[in-house]
Amino acid sequence: MTTLVQTLVDTIALGSLYALTALGYTLVYGVLRFINFAHSDIFTVGAWVAWSFCGLFGWLGTGSPIFAMPIILVLAMATCAALGILIELLAYRPLRRAPRLNVLITAIGVSLLLQNCGQLDWVFGRQGQPMPALVEDRSLFMLAGVNIRLVDITIVLLAGALMVALERLVYGSKVGRAMRAVSFDERVASLMGINVNRIVSITFGIGSALAAAGGLLFALKYSNIKQPADTTWVLLGLRAFVAAVVGGIGNVRGAVAGALLIAFVEQFGAAYLSANMRDLFVFVVLIVVLLVKPSGLFGKAVVEKV
Amino acid sequence: MSAGDRRTRSLAERVTELRPNPLVAAVRSAWPFVIAIVIAFVLQAVVAPAMSPFKAKMLLDIGIAIVLASSLNIVNGMAGQFSIGHAGFMMIGGYAAAVVTYYGSIKLLGVPLGVDVPVIGGFMGSGDLLFLASCIVGGIFAAVAGLVVGLPSLRLRGDYLAIVTLGFGEILRVLVQQTPEVPSPKEAAEAGLGTMMSHLGGALSFTGTPTYVSPTPWLENASGEQTGHAGIFFTYLIVGILLVLIYRLKTANQGRRLLAVRENEIAAEACGVNTSRTKVTAFVLAAFFAGVGGALFAHELGATLSPKELGFMKSIDLVIMVVLGGMGSITGVVCAAAFLTVLPELLRTLAPMITNLIGVSVNPDAYRMPLYALALILVMILRPQGLFGIRELWDLRWWKRYVTPAWTKIAGGWLIPRAPKDRP
Repeated sequence: MTTLVQTLVDTIALGSLYALTALGYTLVYGVLRFINFAHSDIFTVGAWVAWSFCGLFGWLGTGSPIFAMPIILVLAMATCAALGILIELLAYRPLRRAPRLNVLITAIGVSLLLQNCGQLDWVFGRQGQPMPALVEDRSLFMLAGVNIRLVDITIVLLAGALMVALERLVYGSKVGRAMRAVSFDERVASLMGINVNRIVSITFGIGSALAAAGGLLFALKYSNIKQPADTTWVLLGLRAFVAAVVGGIGNVRGAVAGALLIAFVEQFGAAYLSANMRDLFVFVVLIVVLLVKPSGLFGKAVVEKV
Repeated sequence: MSAGDRRTRSLAERVTELRPNPLVAAVRSAWPFVIAIVIAFVLQAVVAPAMSPFKAKMLLDIGIAIVLASSLNIVNGMAGQFSIGHAGFMMIGGYAAAVVTYYGSIKLLGVPLGVDVPVIGGFMGSGDLLFLASCIVGGIFAAVAGLVVGLPSLRLRGDYLAIVTLGFGEILRVLVQQTPEVPSPKEAAEAGLGTMMSHLGGALSFTGTPTYVSPTPWLENASGEQTGHAGIFFTYLIVGILLVLIYRLKTANQGRRLLAVRENEIAAEACGVNTSRTKVTAFVLAAFFAGVGGALFAHELGATLSPKELGFMKSIDLVIMVVLGGMGSITGVVCAAAFLTVLPELLRTLAPMITNLIGVSVNPDAYRMPLYALALILVMILRPQGLFGIRELWDLRWWKRYVTPAWTKIAGGWLIPRAPKDRP
């Protein structure tokens, strides 16, 4: 029973983090029709930037003030949004009309660039760092013998709030309507007076900000940050990415559902089957879903026109 | 031949007349392989002994990189099926080959591995034959995996296929990491087939494989026994065979089909190309040679056969070679593979100069990957088809101006057929 509840808690917390990252993949795919491989590295950069800001303000030790968390969160999200917009401007915009394969290779290049530049001594360095406890590390209450930690509650609440905000943005605002229009048909959208480049920039910014929030929350949950090119990050990004694909890439609600499903498969597989094989389960789910329904669980099948 | 002749004889008869003499045809189709053998032999017997051991190792690394990158070129470059799990095939081939040579040396040849046994049976002796057999076994195992991975390519394309190949590589890595340790030579002598196939050394590495692919030139000790392996010979033999096969593939029907699928699948299908078959064939072929490359890697001196070594980053390294060299260009990929293998060393030698120039100490290893990544992005933006595009070395202007005339003069008439005079 304890294992079950603990696994469930981890599933929901991790699922929210994956969802935040998966949303970035899905948003970008929605407007540009390509998979932004560099997105998982924005997640990493988010965690590291948060750590750097903590160092800047002298909050690396214990006992940081209660207002540290929102400040760091906003700064990390803003930095990563700027980074995302910059990447789109420099690397992806020149390739807007290029074949998709070229854009994909460029995205891999950007991903490698971020990882390896992050490892340079004058950026983040090659050592992992402990993440200060911006959210007090204590248990709120006990549920069936399991400590429900404040961090987990924060993650779920914050991620939920961000997702609701995104939902309101996409479906209830002028910018969101423009995003959906660009996603539907870029050319017609631009004929209707929508500045496509601006919308694409905004999309990248939003996606990157969400990833940064995810990175910060992830670092808080596990209270340490691995070095920027560590395989943990790559695998984490891959899981979020798998979540987006499984949920039907380009579909905002599908990404959240996919993230929870992937977190469920990973956590329960690790708890009840084999802890070392968690990635195996995730990729098996991916391959099965892609083979049975390539457009994902909630995606629409697209017929390629000549 | 008069006009009357032409009318009375059937097409089949006239075609037979155009075919070369079978003996001539056999020689013509075999000579590139003969030349490959000669080159490999010269590299092993003449060039390698003249080099420092370090440079000879570099030569080996280049050879193996060429095998791997060229095999990826078949599926990525020619067929346009973006695969980022190529190291997975390498892993399968490498482990299969390691199993064959490790247990083969102990069980078939009765050699107590673990102690330093440099050569088993001399050049082309039982040890070398076992090694060659292991390369083929590794290739076959990888080819079967290629068939399995190629099948999803029928349903998926572009980025989705890339993800599946990536997932395949990751699944393999996780599976191999779970395996128990390799039994010691003493235990291996009694091991059954199940143990052989499953004890792969886990997350650490497959230990105990004899190093057949070592840069040491043939050496003889005082008593006339050979103490080195002909690693460079075997590596470049495989390089030669692979390159000739790829060249013929590219210029033959099958290769044209691959390129058609790459350019536009729907159009290719409309032209009567069996796209499913073409794509799966490309995967199987590429996987076979990746497996052979993995087998070479598994027996290389100083290489660790571990799941970590053959992970995602290895696949990306190979993709970079193909993309920079030119997707679909045989010689371009060869040049890129050679250049990128040498580059880290080059950077290491250049580092002190750069340090002097800017006054800050530079660690070249730290800047290697950022440089690669930047090159990848810039090539994609400025020259999306890669440095060579689909062209070959001999399509370049300076080659046509200087090398082609000289080569025709030397080889025309016996190695390459002279253009008939009566044709315009």
